Amino acid sequence: MAVKKFAIACYDDEAPLFDAVHKVRHSGYKLHDVYTPFPVHGLDQAMGLKETDLHVAGFIFGITGTSTALGFMSWIFTSDWPINYGGKPFFSLPAMIPITFELTVMFAAVGMVLTYCYLNQIMPGVKKHVFHPRQSDDLFVVVIEVTEGTDEAELMNFLNSTNPVETNVQIAEEGWWYGRFDKEEEYQKQLA
Amino acid sequence: MTDRFEVPSGLKKTGLVLSLIGIITLIAGAVCFLGKHEETGLVRFWMGLMQNGIFFLFMAISSIFIQAAAGLAQGGWIVAYKRVPEAIGANVWVFGLLVLIILFSMIFGLGDHNPIYHWVNPHGDKVLEGKSTFLNKGMFIGFSVAAVGLWSFFGRKFRSMSIAQESAPKNSTKLYWKTVSLAGAFMVVYGLTMMSTTPWMWIMSIDAHWYSTLFSWHVFAGAFVSGMALILLWTVYLKNQGNLVLVNKEHIHDLGKFMFAFSIFWTYTWFAQYMLIWYGNIPEETTYYNKRQNGPYSFLFYLNIVVNFVGPILILMSRPSKRNYFTVVFMAMIIIFGQWLNLYLLTYPGPSGHNWNISWYEMGIFAGFAGVMILTVSKTLTKSDLIPHNHIFLKESVVHLS
Repeated sequence: MAVKKFAIACYDDEAPLFDAVHKVRHSGYKLHDVYTPFPVHGLDQAMGLKETDLHVAGFIFGITGTSTALGFMSWIFTSDWPINYGGKPFFSLPAMIPITFELTVMFAAVGMVLTYCYLNQIMPGVKKHVFHPRQSDDLFVVVIEVTEGTDEAELMNFLNSTNPVETNVQIAEEGWWYGRFDKEEEYQKQLA
Repeated sequence: MTDRFEVPSGLKKTGLVLSLIGIITLIAGAVCFLGKHEETGLVRFWMGLMQNGIFFLFMAISSIFIQAAAGLAQGGWIVAYKRVPEAIGANVWVFGLLVLIILFSMIFGLGDHNPIYHWVNPHGDKVLEGKSTFLNKGMFIGFSVAAVGLWSFFGRKFRSMSIAQESAPKNSTKLYWKTVSLAGAFMVVYGLTMMSTTPWMWIMSIDAHWYSTLFSWHVFAGAFVSGMALILLWTVYLKNQGNLVLVNKEHIHDLGKFMFAFSIFWTYTWFAQYMLIWYGNIPEETTYYNKRQNGPYSFLFYLNIVVNFVGPILILMSRPSKRNYFTVVFMAMIIIFGQWLNLYLLTYPGPSGHNWNISWYEMGIFAGFAGVMILTVSKTLTKSDLIPHNHIFLKESVVHLS
C-alpha cells in the first residue's frame, strides 16, 4: 500500500453531496471514495461503481465446500475407515447430503465475509486512515486523490465552489495495516 | 392512462383449439380405455383426468395464496401486475368444479373394488379400517366441497374487492384493511386445506397404506413454484401485447426469485421426506419409494430432480438470468413441466403399477386444461383496467427496486 495525497470536502446533507459527486465525475478528478454516516440509496450509481463480484466469490466458495464435503466423506467411508451402518452401502449419498449442505453454507458464508473485509480493506484489529472524525457521525465526506497531474490550487477552488462545510488536504496511507487506534499519534509522526 | 386488454384472436383460437384437443382426447380416451373393462385402461383414464385437473387447480390456488401473502405482509411489489394473480384466482372455481366432478366420479363410479382409492371399501383390510374415521366417502366429500368452495369464494372476493377499490374515494384505506383481514382468514383456510387435508385426501390416499406428515407441505411447495411460473408467463405475455406498461425488469426479477427460491424449497421438502424414509428403512414406508426409484419409474424419478432442482438452481442463480425475459420464460415452462412430472410421480405409480404412459392421452388432457385456463383467464383479464390506479401501494410498486 502506498502513502498518497488526498483532498477532502465535507457536506452536511445528501443533496449537496450528490451535486458534488456529479461535478467531480464530470470534472475528471480522481474520486477516491465517499464516506457517509449511513447507507445512501443511489450513491453507488452516482459514483459509477460497478456491481460487486462478491456473489461470484460466494459461488466459488460454496462449490469448494460442496466438493470438500463430498470428497472427504466419500474417502473416509469408502477407503479410509469403512464402517457398516445398518447394512447401508459404504458410499451412501443421501446420508452425506445434509453435511454437504452445511459445509457449502459455511464455506460460502465465511469465505464471503473474509472477501468482503479484503475488498473494503477493513478487519477487526486492523487500522485504516480516517479522513474526518465526523464521517461516521453527521458529515458526508468526498475524498479525491491528488495525483501527480492534479493542480492542487485549482482542485481546492473547485471543491470550495460545491458548497462544502469544510475542505482540507491530507497525506494518508490508502489501504489497511496492522495497528490499533491508540497508535494513531505514532502513525501521524511517521507520516510527518 | 387506461390499460385495457383485448383478447387477440390468435390467443382465443389457441385456447379453443387446446380445449377442443382436450375434449377429443377425453372422448377418444373413453372409447379406448373404458370400453374394454380392463382395469389398466380404467385407471389410466381416470388418473389422466385427475392428475391434470389437480395440477391446474393447485397452480391456480397459488395465485390466491400469493395475493394473501403479499396482502398480509403489506407488500407493494405485486401491485403493478396484481390483476394477473387476481384473474387466475377468480377462475379457481372452474378448475375446482372440474376436479370435484372427476374425484366424485372416481369415488362413486368405480364400483366395489376401487382400483385407485382402495380405502373406499376396505374389504377387511385392517390398516384401511383403522384409517376409516378420516378416510371415508363422507369426509372426502365434505372436505373437498368445503375446500373448493372456500378457495373459489376467496379467489373471487379478492378480485371483486380490488376492483371496488377503483371506485372508492382517493387514498381511502377502508377496503385495503378489509383485504388484509380477509388475507389473514384465507391463510387459516389455506393452512387447513391445501397445506394439510386436501393433498392427504386427494393424493396421499392413493397409496392408502403409506403416510408422511411432510407430504402436503411438499405438494404445496410444488404448487407454489408452478403457480409463480404461471403468473410469470401471463405477465410476460401481457407485456408482449403492449399491456402492463408499469411492469419492468424489477417485477420480473421478483417472480424469478420466487421460482428460484421455492424450487430449492421444493427440493428441501422432497429430500427431507426421502432421506428419513431411506434412513429408517422400515418396509411399510420404503415400498413407496421402492416403487418409484427402482423399476419402470426410475428414469422419471431422477429426471424429476434434474428438472426441478438442478435446472433452476444452476440457471436461475445469477442475477442477470432472473432479469432476462427469455431465460425466465424458458425456466417457467421447464418448471411447469417439472412440477407436472412431480405430480405424475406422486399419483400414477400406486394404481398403475408397471403400466405407465406419458403419451397422447396425458398430453391431450393437459392441453385441454391449458385451453380452459387460457380462455377463462384471458376473458377475466379483459373485464377491468389492468392497472390498479387507486391502489394505495401503486407508486411503491412502480418505483420498486428488486
